[in-house]
Amino acid sequence: MLPMVQNFPFFAIFLCMVSGILSPLWKSGRMAWRYSVGVAFACAGLFGCVFAYTAAGEGLSFVYQMGHFPAPWGNELKIGPLEALLCTAFSTVMGFSLMGGHRDLEADILPHKQNLFFVMSNLMLAALLALTCTNDLFTAYVFVEISTIAACSLVLVKDTQYTLIATMRYLIMSLLGSGLILISIILLYSITGHLLLPNLLEQVGMLVDTGKYTIPLTVVIGLMGMGLAIKSALFPFHLWLPLAHGSATTSSSAILSGLVVKGYIVLLIKVFYQIFTIETIRSLKITNVIFLFGILAMIVGSVSALREKHIKRMLAYSSAAQIGYIYMGLGLGTDAGVVAAVIHILAHSFTKSMLFCCAGRLAGVMGHHKNLKNLRGAARRDRAAGVAFTIGALSMIGIPLFAGFASKLLFASATLLNNHKMLFTLGVLGVSTVLNALYYLPAVIVIWSRPEKGEEPAPKRKPDWAFTVSAVLQAAAVFGLGMGFGPLSELIQTGLGLF
Amino acid sequence: MEWLITYRFEVAAVILFGIGFMNLLLRKNLIKKIIGFNIMDSSVFLFLASQGYIEGRIAPIVVDGVQDVSKYINPIPSGLVLTGIVVSVSVSAFFLALVQRIYKKYHTIELDELLKIMKKEED
Repeated sequence: MLPMVQNFPFFAIFLCMVSGILSPLWKSGRMAWRYSVGVAFACAGLFGCVFAYTAAGEGLSFVYQMGHFPAPWGNELKIGPLEALLCTAFSTVMGFSLMGGHRDLEADILPHKQNLFFVMSNLMLAALLALTCTNDLFTAYVFVEISTIAACSLVLVKDTQYTLIATMRYLIMSLLGSGLILISIILLYSITGHLLLPNLLEQVGMLVDTGKYTIPLTVVIGLMGMGLAIKSALFPFHLWLPLAHGSATTSSSAILSGLVVKGYIVLLIKVFYQIFTIETIRSLKITNVIFLFGILAMIVGSVSALREKHIKRMLAYSSAAQIGYIYMGLGLGTDAGVVAAVIHILAHSFTKSMLFCCAGRLAGVMGHHKNLKNLRGAARRDRAAGVAFTIGALSMIGIPLFAGFASKLLFASATLLNNHKMLFTLGVLGVSTVLNALYYLPAVIVIWSRPEKGEEPAPKRKPDWAFTVSAVLQAAAVFGLGMGFGPLSELIQTGLGLF
Repeated sequence: MEWLITYRFEVAAVILFGIGFMNLLLRKNLIKKIIGFNIMDSSVFLFLASQGYIEGRIAPIVVDGVQDVSKYINPIPSGLVLTGIVVSVSVSAFFLALVQRIYKKYHTIELDELLKIMKKEED
């Protein structure tokens, strides 16, 4: 008899998929919104229980057989502390993003189509959770495609400006990425004859030990890495991101920047650890390539953000830079680097979704102007949004006590173990911190500065309670991550061991 | 050159994958991009189906009682191809619907012109 808690991951994924199908049945968008927020937090609760169960004591990980079919025939989920932690965070961020952008959702989407938005958001969450938990490579591919379609639709829902063109570019890049992922999975299958991760690990380990098929394996990991890098907008492939994330509605931007790109990175970490092992990846020199592009992304993303005056596109370029941090952590090729990368995934999810929600709210109180010079004094009209934006900006810069500092500290201490890359990495970390400060601080100053004389006083606006609650809770999460990263990184270390 | 005959499916699949990939990447016409995407996915299915096929064996459908396992081909790649086709069809449908919307709004399906229009909208 299985302990009840081992069923929870399946329940959560299934709940999201069923809710996605049921969402159009709600008569009003508001009911569908309430329901979807409820579903997201219910998933967070379920995975929170799983986390408590798996992280207790020494930590354990379990395999859940779908429909009780054993390994080679059935499909499996595998959950350890790390997967449970990531899923909890993803569901929570999804709930916060939906709450924070609710006002804009009602403004941006036609009233009778609002419930359809939640089809996509629920499917997105299901795809993310399944990507994190699945133990089968082909299932992962199917969910990658589900998340592609859902993410493109999330950009598309706002039927104004150039979202159509932004979606088109996003879709084309995504399809190129998924084509590469598909062919790499098939190549791996033709070499090893397996699709389940534990069997793949065994077979690939055998091939590596005997020294056979080194070139095909390198090709496979290269194609897979490139596909996932295109989808998660790593540097040379990041040009679709600012368009798509900058033009979508607030909730969509928060979901896309905070969650979608992270899902693919989690899949890449899974491939590294559960198929190839990090030692093999290091000996194939894949980590050096990833490291190089991560470093370039950090600099190029920040420089592009510096030149951008449109607040949402600025945040989107900043996301491209932060993704560079994550890849840099993976590129160090050590457990410590990957732990830092995972902490940065969590920190960036919470911080960036909060920043996008705040940007949407700040633009909302100024009459939906997104240009920085039109946002002068916006924070004085909605102080909660202003404070939360400031906290987010400080966290992204890497001020102590905030989440962004935790991950930067861990990156820096992870590089100390790596002689070749140490000085270089520390230098780039310093430069990119300065660059971050150079574009976030002016934005913070602009939104808090006194509006120019002669401007008419702000019209009285209804306070947006859903936004305020989500901003306060997200700010609390950013603080919590910034303070409690010590025990958390130990837990992630345990989780990687059980991965 | 004998390997070319032995691995004809794989070679054809890889060439088709390259053609499809470059079409999806470089063509400016959105419909041609969709065609490129379909060529790319079909090449993967060809590769996969040829992996599962074993010369001289039959589809694993039991007709007269249970037969020996060595009579059948490997059914898993065929199953994967079916799943892949479902994914590919749904993505194509989404892509086509998007192109239709774009054509209704901007009266063009050339990516260059669309980007020009977008630049103008921004200014």
